[in-house]
Amino acid sequence: MTISIRSVEKTFGRYPALNKVDLEIADGELLALLGPSGSGKTTLLRAIAGLEFPDAGQVLFDGVDVTFASAADRRVGFVFQQYALFKHMTVAKNIAFGLDVRKGKDKPDKAEIARRVEELLKLVELEGLGKRYPSQLSGGQRQRVALSRALAVQPSVLLLDEPFGALDATVRKSLRRELRRVHDATGVTTIFVTHDQEEALELADRVAILNNGRIEQIGTPDQVHDQPSTAFVCGFVGEANRFEGQVSNGRFSAGVLGLPATGLRDGAATAYVRPHDFALDDSGFEARVERAHVQGPLTTVNAVTPDGRRLEISASRAEAARFAGTIRIAARKAHVYAA
Amino acid sequence: MTTADAASGPAAPPPARRPFLRRRSAIPGFGLTMGVTLSVLSLIVLIPLAAVVLKAAHQSPAEFWAVATSRRAMAAYRLTFGAAFVAAAINSVFGVLTAWALVRYDFPGKTIVNALVDLPFALPTAVAGIALATLYAPTGWVGQFLTPLGIKAAYNPVGVTIALTFIGLPFVVRAIEPVLRDAAEDVEEAAASLGATRLDTILRIVLPALAPAWLTGFAMAFARGVGEYGSVIFIAGNMPYKSEIAPLLIIIQLEQFEYARAATIAVVMLTVSFTMLLIINAVQAWARRFD
Repeated sequence: MTISIRSVEKTFGRYPALNKVDLEIADGELLALLGPSGSGKTTLLRAIAGLEFPDAGQVLFDGVDVTFASAADRRVGFVFQQYALFKHMTVAKNIAFGLDVRKGKDKPDKAEIARRVEELLKLVELEGLGKRYPSQLSGGQRQRVALSRALAVQPSVLLLDEPFGALDATVRKSLRRELRRVHDATGVTTIFVTHDQEEALELADRVAILNNGRIEQIGTPDQVHDQPSTAFVCGFVGEANRFEGQVSNGRFSAGVLGLPATGLRDGAATAYVRPHDFALDDSGFEARVERAHVQGPLTTVNAVTPDGRRLEISASRAEAARFAGTIRIAARKAHVYAA
Repeated sequence: MTTADAASGPAAPPPARRPFLRRRSAIPGFGLTMGVTLSVLSLIVLIPLAAVVLKAAHQSPAEFWAVATSRRAMAAYRLTFGAAFVAAAINSVFGVLTAWALVRYDFPGKTIVNALVDLPFALPTAVAGIALATLYAPTGWVGQFLTPLGIKAAYNPVGVTIALTFIGLPFVVRAIEPVLRDAAEDVEEAAASLGATRLDTILRIVLPALAPAWLTGFAMAFARGVGEYGSVIFIAGNMPYKSEIAPLLIIIQLEQFEYARAATIAVVMLTVSFTMLLIINAVQAWARRFD
């Protein structure tokens, strides 16, 4: 199922949640909607689900306008951040609900429903827990139930609203892989909302970054990380040191820091340098190391320039010993945006 | 310093005594609250009830049985428990609707409606009884429209049920309201996204989740109805065998100085009420099995 969002607008009171958003989602794609809270990502997801209706614009499923179709008619699977399980039903009944409420000849018979439920429990690795109530499950297990409940109706698109937001870090990681595995096994077009860039980059085929109700950039995880098209994306995706400065004659400068900025007109600008893009360089500027700490295979170095700018630098563990006392460094790569 | 002194060291605290009747807990106040609870419960509830039972025990078992199962008493029990049950059932339907309207929607005058719901709690029940009797009497504002339809709504069991419905409404509304307010919207959205119609969502998701609170409201309205006296006697007509409630029968026995007989009927009501409340509690525990 391909999904097209065409200049969708939505306002809550005087506050615009979506501002002429355009988005094309390919069949079988796993797309992340990434943005800070209040960026409109959840509103966009709910507009696709039919839980919210846009003030203007269109939502198309396979070219068919479904802008005002009810959630029930769209055949979407929706997974909520707080699971939204039916707590008075067993796990099996929860999963069967979408099939059980069908009417007439669309409704599979009991044996078929039971078979589907078993199959889905197996898919999310919850075999044998069908008779439990949601209150008897852990958070991660509940979210798996919610996922299989959404998949039970064989949705044309699977929508997940911050699906891992309420879970602790370990469960979150394993469930992420699980979602990727389930997506690859079922091939269903999937869109999930997150404010966690790590999650979006790890899981998604493409990432759409939202800010203030607009899409700032859409691209593969590599593209949005390595070639951020706006200052916001650069600051939001991945770690970055931010510098406010001036561009003149194709060169950006902020205190002791100088960077090439070809093609930018003179004036105020913002530069971002990733921690791993700083390197020791005798022709570079001076900084004093304040602290260094281990982070997996890397060492994170906190340094401060003579004019008081704080830097975060990533270096390999082997190189780390050389980051001590006063050092000279330069940026190998930087992203400069006109303010 | 001798070696004996050194060996004894600082005096070891005596081993703590295991607390009497309770588990160790960091939550304070067990002794005080439990003590006050038991004292008050004894003074207000248990001792008076025990006295009633004692009074009834002044008779021989045969006498007791004869009084307890006399035709007049049986008719009174039937009316009291039957009308209380029907009234509680009516309230559990309209109570849900009222709670739904109060929780889910904003409308002008909502605070007034909200206060009106509580009125049966506060109004002297005799006032309610007189007002209802006046309204539903064959010549009353409401009664005059019912009479041509062949419905007699006062001075008979229907009148009793009307009075008990009035008395019981707030119990159901107030029991359901908080649960309905806490019910998460996303659960209903989940049902809709799975293809459920609005009716499906209400019948299969919203109402079952309300069941325990609903039963609580029903039980309280029922219990209140069984014990109600003040409002009923004005609208009931109080005809022996027809529209005489058990509490009234007790009063009548008292006025004739038949204390043991009055106590006998009281003991029967007590036993039936207590049994029914126990059963309802058990059903409730079952309905809460998913919590």
